[in-house]
Amino acid sequence: MTTLTEYRSTSELLGNLTLRELRSKYKRSALGWAWSLLNPLATLLIFSLVFRFFMRVQLPPSETSGLQNYALFLSCGLLPWNYFTNSVSGSIGTLVGNANLIKKTYFPRELLVFSNVASWNVSLLIEMGILLLVFLAFGNMVLPWIPALLVLIVLLTLFVAGLSLIFSVLNVFFRDVQHLVGIVFQAWLYLTPVIYPITLIPESHVLFGVDLPLRRIWELNPMARFVGAFRDVLYDLRWPELNDIGYLALVSVATFFIGLTVFNRLSGRLAEEL
Amino acid sequence: MSTRPAVVVDDVSKRFRLYRERNQSLKAALMRGRRAVVEEFWALQDVSFEVPEGSTFGLVGENGSGKSTLMKCMARILQPDRGSVRVNGKVSALLELGAGFHPELSGRENVFLNGSILGLGQKELAAKFDEIVEFAGLGQFIDQPVKNYSNGMYVRLGFSVAINVDPDVLLVDEVLAVGDEAFQRKCNEKFADLKAAGKTIVLVSHNLSAVHNLCDRAAWLEHGVLKMIAPARQIVDEYMSTVQIDRVEDVETGGNRWGSGEGRIEKVELLGPSGEPASKVRTGDPVTIRIHYCMDEPIPRPVFGLAIHTLDGTHVTGPNTRDTESVPDKLEGEGHVDLRIDPIRLLPGTYDITASLYDYACLHPYDFRHHVLRFDVDPGEPHESYGVVSLGGSWRVPGVDPAA
Repeated sequence: MTTLTEYRSTSELLGNLTLRELRSKYKRSALGWAWSLLNPLATLLIFSLVFRFFMRVQLPPSETSGLQNYALFLSCGLLPWNYFTNSVSGSIGTLVGNANLIKKTYFPRELLVFSNVASWNVSLLIEMGILLLVFLAFGNMVLPWIPALLVLIVLLTLFVAGLSLIFSVLNVFFRDVQHLVGIVFQAWLYLTPVIYPITLIPESHVLFGVDLPLRRIWELNPMARFVGAFRDVLYDLRWPELNDIGYLALVSVATFFIGLTVFNRLSGRLAEEL
Repeated sequence: MSTRPAVVVDDVSKRFRLYRERNQSLKAALMRGRRAVVEEFWALQDVSFEVPEGSTFGLVGENGSGKSTLMKCMARILQPDRGSVRVNGKVSALLELGAGFHPELSGRENVFLNGSILGLGQKELAAKFDEIVEFAGLGQFIDQPVKNYSNGMYVRLGFSVAINVDPDVLLVDEVLAVGDEAFQRKCNEKFADLKAAGKTIVLVSHNLSAVHNLCDRAAWLEHGVLKMIAPARQIVDEYMSTVQIDRVEDVETGGNRWGSGEGRIEKVELLGPSGEPASKVRTGDPVTIRIHYCMDEPIPRPVFGLAIHTLDGTHVTGPNTRDTESVPDKLEGEGHVDLRIDPIRLLPGTYDITASLYDYACLHPYDFRHHVLRFDVDPGEPHESYGVVSLGGSWRVPGVDPAA
């Protein structure tokens, strides 16, 4: 009985903290909520311009859906990527930013991280909804693929939450985590086939006389697989390969539980370290 | 009321790390090896006691004695390094009022947010919402962002939410002194209600009279160690006497002083039988205590007060000019007021004088000089061996001529 009421009040608290994040994010800005859409739209525009028209990234038409549109191709990778980086960088500051709350009240600390992830999740869902409409307008019948899309979002959320838990709590002990992660994200973006198709990476490459299976190495990056899977479902209208899904499920669940473990081990000392 | 403990503090120790060179960057951590230069400091050591259910329990001790740390351990904000704290029932901690408020959000949004941080469900909050707003006395301001609130409004709303959590165990840290007098009264009523409803209250306070009046039992912490646990009255008495002795060192430097300073007590003198300042008199001497004042601006109806304490803190007497209706309409410039005592009935010993200058309502201190002067009393007439004062009585004993 106690656990049930505890669970209910915990989920209510998560809801309230998420609402706080959402409400305060765009308070006192004239355009308010519109920013949450204008931001990715601007990135999309800039990247499309730079990579499609200046750099002339070559994009073959999709084998399964026949679609050939760089902006749409880019969106499939950019939205999950933005969700990932926004959530993790937002979470890194959230414990330090709520120091007063942590020092003066008790509640499960991980809710601060989860509420931040949840607030970005709301943005992702809205953006995805709009993206689905655009795909429909371009003749991609994405509706049957929505369940698969939701599964991918759940897995990505587990992955994101796991990393957020780890980095947020480490940042309390070492404040340079936030700067480090900023740099890592910059490199990570270009190591992930967000703005280019993975086919641009050669299958193998000889380096110092060693034949490296470059594409396979590239695909160890969970974000590369995530972007690929989102693209499969939305752009190419096909099932991601089973080993992709298996790999993602494994990595996501493992990351989440490692995150929880690290967080729980260190979070007892939050009130005195902040 | 049952005797089941509401809070069990079982052999609790809490260690803090004091970083001389804090590894807050990875570079520092790597350069210096894994461990930073750390001094350990035990804020609590092997503290054990139980708080009976339905009782009001006080925690007293000087600054840094570990009482707030212990409170935070009870509230689960800190985890003890050794031992455990078990609380039976729902806990609500009033450590800082409005701690979870978000300045940009409205009072209404913050009530729901803060309430759910404190563990209240949405339905309960919705049901209690009107009561919370009413108690805080906010009216139409409830839909304003809380950053526009005055300090008082902010704190009142925080208190109102926290007190309506309806906890089984309420932890209160020094927050009783919030708001104006009317709100204070409401708070005290609320505490009384909770007490009557059989809730357990744990109170950390420097305000010994609050501990004395509200608490049934109290624990006294000194340097993180439980020094004494006893009925509140007894703790307050014991605590007062040691703390007063510790403060004697202050006397050389004039003791503690506070007040707004428009009017000041420049000096306090004890004049002996000859009319000259003295630091030593005899029992039965005619003496005068002279308070030299200096008013920067006309002070309407100023009240001068004196207190004489023994070294162990017993308040022997506390005459003031209001009680005897010797209050002028106003006073300005420099001058002095005298208290004539003829004869002084104090028995031999050492005494401290505290002097104060207040407004007529005795609410606003212009100047308060704690233990501003120390003097000794040597044996004189009447001669009595015990006690602090002579009441000047005379014995009638058969076979003894009273006139002799």
